[in-house]
Amino acid sequence: MELILQTIVNATYAASYMALVAVGLVLIFGVMGVINFAHGELYMAGAYTVVFFYADLDFPFFAAVALGLLFVGCLGLVMERALFRPMRDNPLGGLIASIGFLLVLQTLAVVGFGVRMEHIPPPTQEKIVVIEGVILTWQRLYVILATVVLLGALWVFLRRSKFGWALRACAQDPEAAALQGISMNNTARLAMFIGAALAGVAGALTAPLVSPTPYIGHSIIVTAFIIIIVGGIGSLEGAVIAAVLYAFVHTIVTTYYDGVVANIVGLSMMLIVLVVKPTGLFGAKERA
Amino acid sequence: MGLIAAPHLLSFSQQEIAVLLVINVLLVASYRLMTLTGEWSLGHVVIMGTGAYASALFTKSLGVPVPISMVLGALFAGLVALGLSFPLFRMKGFYFLIGSFAAGEIIRLIWKRFTNPFGGPKGIKRIPEFPGFDLGPFTFDFYEPVTYYYFALIVVTVSLFILYRIERSRIGLTFHAIHWQDKLAESVGVDTFRYRTLAFVIASVFAGLAGALYAHYVGTVNPNRFSVEEMVFVLIWAIVGGTATFYGPILGVVILTVINEVVLRSLGVDTLRPLFYGAILIFSVLLLPAGLESLVPKARTWLTRRRTEAERSPTQ
Repeated sequence: MELILQTIVNATYAASYMALVAVGLVLIFGVMGVINFAHGELYMAGAYTVVFFYADLDFPFFAAVALGLLFVGCLGLVMERALFRPMRDNPLGGLIASIGFLLVLQTLAVVGFGVRMEHIPPPTQEKIVVIEGVILTWQRLYVILATVVLLGALWVFLRRSKFGWALRACAQDPEAAALQGISMNNTARLAMFIGAALAGVAGALTAPLVSPTPYIGHSIIVTAFIIIIVGGIGSLEGAVIAAVLYAFVHTIVTTYYDGVVANIVGLSMMLIVLVVKPTGLFGAKERA
Repeated sequence: MGLIAAPHLLSFSQQEIAVLLVINVLLVASYRLMTLTGEWSLGHVVIMGTGAYASALFTKSLGVPVPISMVLGALFAGLVALGLSFPLFRMKGFYFLIGSFAAGEIIRLIWKRFTNPFGGPKGIKRIPEFPGFDLGPFTFDFYEPVTYYYFALIVVTVSLFILYRIERSRIGLTFHAIHWQDKLAESVGVDTFRYRTLAFVIASVFAGLAGALYAHYVGTVNPNRFSVEEMVFVLIWAIVGGTATFYGPILGVVILTVINEVVLRSLGVDTLRPLFYGAILIFSVLLLPAGLESLVPKARTWLTRRRTEAERSPTQ
């Protein structure tokens, strides 16, 4: 019983940061039509911002997280301007360029911080005992709460604000949106900033929990791909639901078998969805 | 001639690189055959690994002689590709890209997970080498990079010739047709599924052969050698070289390997090498979208113009 409950608690935490990463990826795909292969490296960049400001320079943890959000968001702006805008009519070119950017970011992290794992002490060691034998550390709770707040804010922003309308319009039909006087460049910039910043925040918040290395982006991007395919590419709600689904399956299989089997199961899920229903479990009728 | 003389002018470590370069030429050329139908796979390196693992296991566990097991390994890679084609070719374009990635990653994780017979994360070690033999006054010891270089060069040249003939045959033309006009091709009675599968299987056989050449040269294979990072390099070679011509990807792999191994190595910036690779990739997509191959006709016209001008100038 304790094991089951503990697994559920762990899975909720995993679902949170996975959802942040995947939603950012979907947002970028929805508006710009490119798959950002460097998305895992944006997560890594967020984690290393925390390593730098919190662990090395002794900034308060949440200040470091905020800096991570801004820094990675700006990285997203750079990518939009330098890579994706010139490649707007060429999705494969954009994907390839993002692979190039991935290698650049990875190497910069290696040069700046070395290839070893960075062990960061979490800002608080306190734990919540849910029931006897089931614990949730505060650090994990921060991740869950931040995810709920950020995704909630994003949802309100997309539904209620003028920018949000413009964003969704561009995702549905770029030409018609442009005819209505919506600036494609501004919208793409906004989507890229938000998408990248979400990945950055996920990396920043989980940095004390995962011990980042410069190569951590690989497992992150694989996870994100599985989630956006299972959830239906282009569907933000689908990405959130798929993140929860995947996190539970992955955590349960990891707990009862091992991590490699869990990865095999996850990838098989994705392959089956691709074969049976390529639009994903939650369809792509309503995009972004 | 240059290719035959080359190894004798190089240092030992450069000879080893030359062997791997020849193997990579076959890998990237087989990848191009796959891209003819318009599908970009992210599983090609894993298919190469399938050939490597299969050939290694045939020799090590079943005692098959190395030359035969290499052929068997290549055919086995084709067989795996045939099996994969049933789920994968229900997808197209981007979905195929992601699907091939998932399939490849599953195969790679199976190697990693199951110690028997794949050796787990450490892979298979002490793979038997290609048997040496005496031929009158000549002794062939394939442990020597130079000897293996010639052997690989012959195998790869023959394979490239076959790949080239396939591309120029009616089958190859059908591949092109499927890429550019798949609906039209279907409407005139081309079974696009079967031709896509055919391209995938042929490409995989040659990728498997490249893997077998690799396994019996290096003597060890492990799951990380065939990871998606390695696949990224194949993509880079193909993209930077360009895939419109047969020689484009080969140009890409040769030039980038020379830059990587000679120029960057001599600069002594080992940790920075992926950064250079990434920058080259970005700039080539942005500035040279048609690849290095697009420079060849330009260079040719420039040369002929210079020549005609040179011929004309004395008369003026």
